[in-house]
This record gives sequence, structure tokens and C-alpha cells, in this order.
Amino acid sequence: MRRLSTIRSFEDSMKKTIRLAATLMAAASVLSAQAKTVATGPGATLITNATVLTVTKGTLKNTDVLIQNGKIAQIGPHLVAPAGATVIDATGKFLMPGIIDPHTHLMSDAVNEGSLSVTSMVRIQDVLNPTAVNIYRELAGGVTTVTILHGSANTIGGQNATVKLKYGGSASDMLFPGAPPTLKFALGENVTRKNSSQIAMPGQTVARRYPASRMGQEEVLRDAFTRARDYKATIDEYKARVAKGEKNLVPPRRDLELEPLVEVLEGTRLARVHGYRADEMLMMLNLADDFGFKVKALEHGLEGYKIASEIAKHGADVTSFADSWSYKIEAYDAIPYNAAILMRHGVVTTLNSDSDERGRRLNIDAAKLMRYGGLTEDEALATITINGAKTLGVQDKVGSIEVGKDADLSLWNNHPLSVYANVDKTFIDGKEYFDRQKDIAQRDQKARERAELEKADANQAPANRRAVQPVLPQEER
Amino acid sequence: MRTNRIVGTAGILTMLAALPAAAQLGSFNPPPGPQKTFALTNARIVPVSGPEIASGTIVISAGRILAVGASVTVPAGAQVIDGTGLRVYPGMMDAGTSIGLSEIGQGANATVDVSEVGSFNPNAQAFFGLNPQSAHIGVARVVGITHVVSRPTGGILSGQAALLNLAGSTAPQMAVNRNLAMVIELPRSGFGGRGFGGFQAAQNASNTQDVNRTRTRQLDSLRALLKDAEAYGKTMDAYARDKTLPRPKQDVVLASLVPTVRGQMPVLMVADRATDIKEAVGFAEENKLRVIIVGGRDAWQITAFLKDHDVPVLITSVMDLPTREDDPYDVNYGAPAKLAQGGVRFAITSGDAGSEARNLPYTAGMAAAFGLSKDDALKSVTLWPAQIFGVADKFGTIEAGKIANLVITDGDLLEAKTNTKYLFIDGRLVPLDTKHTDLNDKFKDRP
Repeated sequence: MRRLSTIRSFEDSMKKTIRLAATLMAAASVLSAQAKTVATGPGATLITNATVLTVTKGTLKNTDVLIQNGKIAQIGPHLVAPAGATVIDATGKFLMPGIIDPHTHLMSDAVNEGSLSVTSMVRIQDVLNPTAVNIYRELAGGVTTVTILHGSANTIGGQNATVKLKYGGSASDMLFPGAPPTLKFALGENVTRKNSSQIAMPGQTVARRYPASRMGQEEVLRDAFTRARDYKATIDEYKARVAKGEKNLVPPRRDLELEPLVEVLEGTRLARVHGYRADEMLMMLNLADDFGFKVKALEHGLEGYKIASEIAKHGADVTSFADSWSYKIEAYDAIPYNAAILMRHGVVTTLNSDSDERGRRLNIDAAKLMRYGGLTEDEALATITINGAKTLGVQDKVGSIEVGKDADLSLWNNHPLSVYANVDKTFIDGKEYFDRQKDIAQRDQKARERAELEKADANQAPANRRAVQPVLPQEER
Repeated sequence: MRTNRIVGTAGILTMLAALPAAAQLGSFNPPPGPQKTFALTNARIVPVSGPEIASGTIVISAGRILAVGASVTVPAGAQVIDGTGLRVYPGMMDAGTSIGLSEIGQGANATVDVSEVGSFNPNAQAFFGLNPQSAHIGVARVVGITHVVSRPTGGILSGQAALLNLAGSTAPQMAVNRNLAMVIELPRSGFGGRGFGGFQAAQNASNTQDVNRTRTRQLDSLRALLKDAEAYGKTMDAYARDKTLPRPKQDVVLASLVPTVRGQMPVLMVADRATDIKEAVGFAEENKLRVIIVGGRDAWQITAFLKDHDVPVLITSVMDLPTREDDPYDVNYGAPAKLAQGGVRFAITSGDAGSEARNLPYTAGMAAAFGLSKDDALKSVTLWPAQIFGVADKFGTIEAGKIANLVITDGDLLEAKTNTKYLFIDGRLVPLDTKHTDLNDKFKDRP
């Protein structure tokens, strides 16, 4: 009897603990998923009396913007709100397109499949974490669309994902509908692993891997595209024979490594090439010319200014840093005038963050380009909006405030090129995903919730706990 | 004595060897002009010490500000700079850098002189690691950062930070105080230390108790060293008074710590978490050290404590991502406003080793976007850091008698789009050329 009751009371306490744990987990998920309750419905919204920075059609003062069905429906003075529309008085505020960050590693649970140098078969969309809290923090910086790229450990890193930051949704909800697929390439120190002794944890060494020089890099790329061209020839031949009505053919074996490279050769997948030094970027452009494809964008392109004419001639865009430099050898000649020089040579140039931190203040980075290189306000804003949309191939949908475009917008309390500005609200497809006032209003409630959780028995130091903690099963879960 | 001479010779050899090493990445910083008499006229003056002067004159002579005001007479022979349409601010002070000690952090170890081997290096001086031709110096000063604190890092007693004017061809020309402050990176509570070392210790330790035991041992070693230095100082004083006493052995390590244990040299203690800040303050008080917190990420949580203990904070984390998932998104942007509200003395720093120090004005601007007043944001990078280091008689405002570190701009100093038009450091006109303008000039019109 005694033994039985002991077991029963243990079971009871176990159940209690499990219930408590479930409560804690639910509460914790509320805490971490800050915006899940923020996003509001897609009904009509009228933003009134704002200074509207359209980016492509100048600055419109005292202007209203009507959002309907997730699109920008009307722009002009004194618009009439449809019945039931939410009206936002934006007097004294600035409305700009949602910021586009063309190069980030936000919400990715993995970046490099570093075991091989050519991993065109792997996909970022398989490792997206839609609950990453940094998504919310980017929204608070006015960012609405990003491309999440693989890292730069590989010559060919994998297939990137362009997403809208619809926090609260699933990863597949966030994929930008219709955005062209892309493939990450990389050149330079990261690929040749010249810094790997420092990247490795202490006591570990990273094995050398081909390519270990800029010579090998070119060869790896040439080899991959040569194989891709052969593969394409095989497929094309097969298709031609099928089209001619031949029967009982054995189809070529599908090659997941070469398929995306064939798409690059055919122009249906955009090549995004990480490069710092002028020589390596020029090598890539020439190699692309040899194989008859276009490099869509040079990522970072820090020495792009040294070969601006060649980049313009090839027709590549550049996604650059505003002013990061000197953190490694190949970044020592990076200059903040890079974007301006490229733009004056006719290159579509955007700023990228490459960082969850910097992604939150791309507006300040854009303002720096007015100092370094003398860009106008519209040119500076273009580097974080419409130019990025062009690089991502979604310029018909986002990147400027124009009738018919997606209602991806950010509303600021001050001119967004001012360091004194912060974001009031961020919209994607007309839905509100960030509201500073609502965020602030929730803070007391969250602080209380946190305090309660901290008081919970399970969160006490072992010595202070009231109940004996059950041993959790080791294997079966 | 013989030993000392050998050390001396080795020192000279090291210095000789350092000359070509410093030049290997190029010489990027044009030297400043001579200290002459200058008059800046018709400028909007933001003195920080008082209200703005809508249109006034500043006279500079022999490195100092001679006069400032709405109706100041231009001395005969002065070089006149017309400031019509321009603003004059005191030069900014970045009190949280390691500028000149590390040129390229990754893949170029030979350019990194920021840390010494071992845990206790009170006699490692930033002054001797300084590369006056570091490209970072030119790039930082042209946004209006005229003087900085550059500090060594790593270990537990990292070494001595220097106060530097960002102009001059040699370290002695740049140094305002080569022995400004001692740097202590106390091991963090709950982890074995900082950075990779701490991470590794935490990985290797079988449990928290082991980690804490290691930490206690390290703190005891530090305590013992401080006590030794105190005793050494007393012994030397006694011998100075009475030469009949046995002559004590010289010890450069202990000698370098004497001003610290006597409270003459402040101690920069690196701490971010509230518990670590409190531990640092407790350790400093126990050992009678004059503490300045560097880092201070969570200082806003303990403003009453910091105010009560009169501990100033050099905050390095305004631009950092929040560390906890449920932190408000703007927790670090808004921290300076909370420190100001709580009456804590603080300065905003870039928190960067060198190349990104130029983001200092925007860092202060960001704090202003999130609650700090614009005036306080400006003070947090001019007057307040000078006060924290006890050099407000020389720096931080535009007042007669102060060192003429001035920046003349076409707009608000903290705005990213603002251009610097003229720059004075130590009363010398500084050319605005940098490694970056050189490369821009070289390539911008390449067909």
C-alpha cells in the first residue's frame, strides 16, 4: 500500500509538473513571438496627411495613401476612406516603401553546407525558422522584404530564399510569391579558407579543402558550369527526341547539383556572387560571359568601384555595405564611396546588412551615402528600396510607393534618413506587422508575465525548489 | 641594474622593429598643419557648455581656444576661416576604442597588437602598440572624433589605456595621457571568463561550481597582485624618505600598478550584465579602486545602485541586438535615456576596436531617437566622457582655455548625411584626406 501511494503521489506530482511545464512553454512562446498578436486584418486602411517618400516619383507632402486588398489603391490629397476602413493620421510623419535588404542570414538555422565546395543542391528554404525574434526586430527597423542567402564558405553555396517578413506565419507563408529563384556563389578568403584557423574553435583545425586559392576557385566554377552545360545538352537532346515522338526512351538521371546551374545558364535562376576583390569579381564576370549567362548581383562587391565600368558593361547589380571595412584583408580597400561610384557608372546598387543587427538601421546606412559620394535623398533611399527590388527581380511588386504595388510600407516619426527617426508602423501586403505604440503598451504585461515565470518552481535554483523534480526520460520522446 | 639595462636594450630593439612593421600597410594620415592663430568667423557655435551662439567667432592660438563669443575681435595676423552657413562643435571623444592597436582583425595577425600573453599585464601600454599611421585614425577623425581612449584588451589585467588626440605622426605627438587608465576584465560570474577563453572554460568545466572556483582563484590572484603593488609603493616611499634602508628591488610590473591602487589612476572594468557590473563595483570598492564601467549593457537595470555608488559608465552596446528573446526590441537603443533618467553619469562610445569608430555620432543619434534628449546625446560624446576621465578642463566644450579640438560641419553633428568642412585637433588644421578619399579620387572617374 505504502509503495502504491508513493507511486501515485509521484505520478500526481509528475502530472502537475508536466502541466506546469506546458503552461510555462505556452507562456514562453507568447513572450518570444512578440508580433503574433500584432498583425491585423487586410481590410482597407487610409493613411492620411503623410509626407510620402515614393522613391520613384518624388516626395509628396500632405498626401494620403489608401490601402485596399493588400495593395496600394490610391495616392493623393484628401482621399475618402471607404466604409469600415482604418484611418491612420500621419500628420508630421513620413511614409516610405518597406525597406528591402537583399542580403541577410536572418531566420536561417543553417547557412553553410561546408563539406563540399559545390553545394548547389541545398536550399535555404528548408532551414527557415519563422519564429526567430530577429524578424520582429527587423520589422521594427522598417524592413519588409529580404533575401536570405547561404554563407560564403563554398564556391557554390546553394539556393537562397526571398521572403516577406510576415512574422507569425509559417516559413512557406513568408516566401515571396513569384520572386525569381537564386543561387549563391562565393569568391575570396572565405572560400579558400585562409582565415579558417580563426574561424575554427580553439583546439580545432579546419581541414584544407579544394579550392585553397583564387586559381582553384576559377577552376571549380569552370568545371561546374562545364558539367552543367553537358547535363543540359543531355536533357535537351532527350526532350527533342521525345518531342519527335520517340518511344521507350530512358530519361536522363535527375542531377540535383547541376539542375540549378542549368537554370542559371538558361537565365531562370539568378546568380548572386559574393566577392570582395576587384580581380575575383572580374574573373566571375568573364567566366559568366564565356558561358553566356548574366551575374545578377555581386554581393558586397567592396572593390566594385575599381571595376565599375566592367560591372556596368556586364549588367550586374551590386549589393554593398555602406561603410564596413578593414575587418579582414580583402576588406581593407573597401570605401564608403563604393555605392556612389557604382551608381554614377550606371550600376544598380543597393545596401545590404548581412547582419540581423545592421538590418535594423539600413536607413542610417543609406544616409551615409549622402555624405560619402553626394547621393541625393531619393538616390540614397533607392539603395534600400527600389534598387533592391530590381536586384531581387520583384520591382513590379515592391520597392516604391505606386498605385498597384503591394502595400509594403513603413511609417516613421521623422525623416527616415535622419538618425533621430524611428519606425511607428510597418505594413506588409496592407497588414500591420509592427506598431511601436502597441509594442510599448504590451511591455508591462510582459514584465509581469516574466516575473511570474521566474517565480515558478521549475525556474528556481535546485536548492530553492519546493517539489522534487522528476527525472525526465532519456531516450523515448 | 644590469637586468634593467638588458630590458632597456630589448625595448629599443622592439621599437626599431616596430617602425617598418607600422608602415607595412601604408601611411594614410596626412600630418596636421602648424599651431597658428586662427579665427573662425560668422559661424553658428554649439559650445555644449551653454546656449548656442547664432553667429560668432572663435579664436584659436598655440593649440588652445583663446576666445569664443558673438562679438570677439579677430587678432591681427590670424588665419581667418569664414564659417558662414557652418556650425562649430567641440570635437567628439570616443572613450571605448582600441584604435591604432589593431588594423585588420582577421587574417593579418601581424597588424594586431591589442592583447598581451598571460592574464596580468598592468605594464602593457596601449601607447606602445599605437600605429599612428593606422588608416582607422584618419577615417574616424573626419566625422569629428578628435580624441579617443584606446585600450588594450584580454586577460584579466589587460594593461593601460591612453588618451590620444587623433592627429600627429608619432605616438608622443598624439598622446595627451599615455597612462590614462588601467583596464581590468574581471572574469564573469557564472562563466570562466570572457570571449573564447571563457567559453572554453565553461565548456571544459563539469559544473558551475568548477567555473566559480576558477573565477574565485583568478580574483584572489588579482587581489594579491594589488596588495603587492600597495606594499611595493609603501616600500619605495619609505626608501625615498630614508636612504639608509635596504634598497628595494625595482619591479616594473608592481610599479605600474601603484597609481591604480592609490586611486590616482582610474580603472576601466569591463562588464555588461547587471550582476557583473555589481561584482566589478564591489571588487573596486573592496580594493579602493576608482572604477569606470566599460560595456554597461544592462546598467539601465541598476541605475539606483550606480548612482548611489557614483560609478560612471562608458556604454558600448547601444547598437547591439537585445540579448534576451523577450527584451523589448529597443532595449539597447533606449538604455542611455534610462541612465540619464536615473542620474547615472555615462558616455556613449562606438564600442568598436577602430575601423567602425566613425559610427559614434550615429550611435549617439540612435539613443536620441529612443528617448535621450538631443542635447544629452551631444554631451554623451563630448563633455561627459571628458568629465568621467577628469579632463573636462581640456576637452568637451568650446570654452576659452581648452584644447582647440573643433569640428566644423554643414549640419547637425550627429546626422549621417552631415559633411565635415574643417577639423582642428590640438589647434592644428587637419587635412580631411583619408585612405578612403585617396581611393575615391583614384578610381571615381576611371572610364
